[in-house]
Amino acid sequence: MNLSLNRIKSQNQMTNIYIGSALLILSILDVFLNSFFRINISGSLPGNLSIFFPLILGFLGLSYLRTEYSGYKFLDSLNKNINTTNFNAFLTLFITFAIIKAFPPALSWMVLDANISGDTKEACTGTGACWTYIKVWFKRFMYGMYPNELHWRINSAFLLVIGLGFVGYFFKENLKKYLALYYVVIYPIIAFLIIYYLISGGSFGLVWVETGAWGGLSLTFIVSFFCLIFCFPLGMILALGRRSNLPAIRYISVGYIEFWRGVPLITVLFMSSVMFPMFLPQDFFMNKLVRVIIAITLFEAAYCAEVIRGGLQALPRGQYDAAKSLGMGYWKMHIFVILPQALKLVIPGIANTFLALVKDTPLIFVVGLAEIAGMLALAKTNPKWLGFAMEGYIFAAIIFWIICYAMSKYSYNLEEKYKTER
Amino acid sequence: MNNKIKRILPQLLTILFVVFVFGFFTINAQVNMDNRGIDFGFGFLSQEASFDMQFTLLDYDGQDSYLWAYVVALLNTLLVSFLGIIFCTILGVVIGVARLSQNFLIKNSAAWYVEFFRNIPLLLQIFFWYYAALRALPLPENAQPWFGVTYMTIKGYYIPSMIWENLNVFMSCLIAAIVAIIFIRIYARKIQEKEGKQLPVLYISLALITILPLLSFLVGGVTLDFEMPVLKQLAQTSFIFEGGIALPPELIALVLALSLYTSTFVAECVRAGIQGISKGQKEAAASVGLTPNQILKLVIMPQALRIIIPPTTNQYLNLTKNSSLAAAIAYPDLVLVFAGTALMQTGKAIEIVGITMLTYLSISLAIAALMNWYNKRIEIKEK
Repeated sequence: MNLSLNRIKSQNQMTNIYIGSALLILSILDVFLNSFFRINISGSLPGNLSIFFPLILGFLGLSYLRTEYSGYKFLDSLNKNINTTNFNAFLTLFITFAIIKAFPPALSWMVLDANISGDTKEACTGTGACWTYIKVWFKRFMYGMYPNELHWRINSAFLLVIGLGFVGYFFKENLKKYLALYYVVIYPIIAFLIIYYLISGGSFGLVWVETGAWGGLSLTFIVSFFCLIFCFPLGMILALGRRSNLPAIRYISVGYIEFWRGVPLITVLFMSSVMFPMFLPQDFFMNKLVRVIIAITLFEAAYCAEVIRGGLQALPRGQYDAAKSLGMGYWKMHIFVILPQALKLVIPGIANTFLALVKDTPLIFVVGLAEIAGMLALAKTNPKWLGFAMEGYIFAAIIFWIICYAMSKYSYNLEEKYKTER
Repeated sequence: MNNKIKRILPQLLTILFVVFVFGFFTINAQVNMDNRGIDFGFGFLSQEASFDMQFTLLDYDGQDSYLWAYVVALLNTLLVSFLGIIFCTILGVVIGVARLSQNFLIKNSAAWYVEFFRNIPLLLQIFFWYYAALRALPLPENAQPWFGVTYMTIKGYYIPSMIWENLNVFMSCLIAAIVAIIFIRIYARKIQEKEGKQLPVLYISLALITILPLLSFLVGGVTLDFEMPVLKQLAQTSFIFEGGIALPPELIALVLALSLYTSTFVAECVRAGIQGISKGQKEAAASVGLTPNQILKLVIMPQALRIIIPPTTNQYLNLTKNSSLAAAIAYPDLVLVFAGTALMQTGKAIEIVGITMLTYLSISLAIAALMNWYNKRIEIKEK
């Protein structure tokens, strides 16, 4: 293939470049006109040839353009990046054409033919997406069945919790040593109290809102936030247990970790909703949300423990030996020497665990909590709004994608940062 | 003496704590079950299940026992995992290699593919495929054939089924061919170590695996027929396909979502594995005169696989566990059938959830054990 194509090329490089770019531009123009304006300039060609026409044309064009060095910056970078071999040229064309072909339908569905005005189903007349549906249901997707006039309570609770999370940055030097204490003990307690008193209310003149009314994206955050802050200490203990030299403690930790890592989250949730009530004392009632949070915490603690164990194992032996030679006991050694260093190492890993946790949280829909997936299912089956499942899922997917992408980029940055600091 | 107490006391306390927790739960469970009039036991497994399953691999109807329902549901779970693993491996390897391409466009589209599918919760992806994308497919009467004989419709994917005669003869021929290939490989290695000669193992194996099964058709009396799906009118406006195999949309949505989602992780493993091999290895191999194919086969791959396989198996394990999300779209898998329907009917929460969890746990542990064995085998023997 390569040989025969090279033979077509003339000796003059400039001629090659002119012929090549003309062919390439023609092929792209063909696809472009075809997909944006529905004009088929190769329509006169017989049958299937018209479909392959731009591919063949572009392929020939790229093979004419392929030279070692042409002197034009753009052409050289083109050759180096997307046009190294015939195979590469083919893939390049294929991807480019696929993108050009797919763009107009997607654009017209999402924007040009879409509707957003009005607030009933009848407002959606176009052939495109019905964003009115999202607009009308937006508050439900975000806050679930939480009363409309009380949404400020959720918002302010989240703002407070997030704000308190950043307090550590402003600690004075002499307070820095309490940083770990703040994040591991004080912060979770304060956050819990804020969410409990502000979101569920019942005191300080706030109206009581049942957990059954919580839902939507805010519930996702509440559940994943609590699970993270509770699973972290538990995971730490388990990680230490797994590395302990006392056999009973080690085997119990290993058993715990391997058990929870071996079962899917959905069975854990089933366990929390149908099996767990059987294990509680007779007249002791536990809220379903609390049960689910406990179940996910127990589950996630096993993963957390493995991450922390990785950090503990990454520390050089010398640290342990040095601490022991100073006469430190087990707890002193771990609290003052080992854990501060190990925890710093595992911050990216913890961020990844949290990411997985956020992605797993929609599962609580399966046991009947109206998390965002649950709200979508509810909206989808509402008789006034039938037939807009696509819009709903695309909306939810975009929201989750933005959150998860930002978090994964953040954890990647953390990883890079700590890599260089060591 | 003091030291001994220091060692024993924490262990004793931990064990006591665990025993206390378990004891507390057991006593509560006993009291609760007495109050509700439920008794603990696995006798229900032999009772009649009396519910139907939409899609099964083995014969099953409502008169069969719960135990059989469990087996059939487990097979459905394994089918989804198996299909998912195959597709996610193919996709993952392609995307992983594409991420290392020198082509700017390919590299970036692969990277965006990974970023896109990895950051959307799996449950939403399953819902998207099931409730949105697959609902946009044509009705059976409007379906155009794919590849001439298969039909993708809103009611599922219809493919021709194979009707074998003397399947066992064919199978034994196939097994014989595989065994012969293994022996030839061992023999070829011995020859190579002794005399330095290389046998054309690949061609011999290819020939064996095609000729032996073909012979079974010619001599062994094996026949293969295809049963095509045929459109049938039930009523004025209601059509279905009959004959062939019908893959329900739940299965398709599940396999699609699982393999797209997991393939991003597999791709990352593959990329990390290939990147983990230092350039010097390739250059050294080239400088001793190996051809590019030999370099890939004898130098790069054995080392890259050592890095790739452990995390990839982990992903397979995740896929198997994630296949339990089937319950959310009513694909009759283990969780839906057993922890859902069977639990509702019998009310044996503890036994059924326990069995379900143990099943997944044993799958996980079995794969983990296999993995450890494999890891030990390929590990670099250091002196």
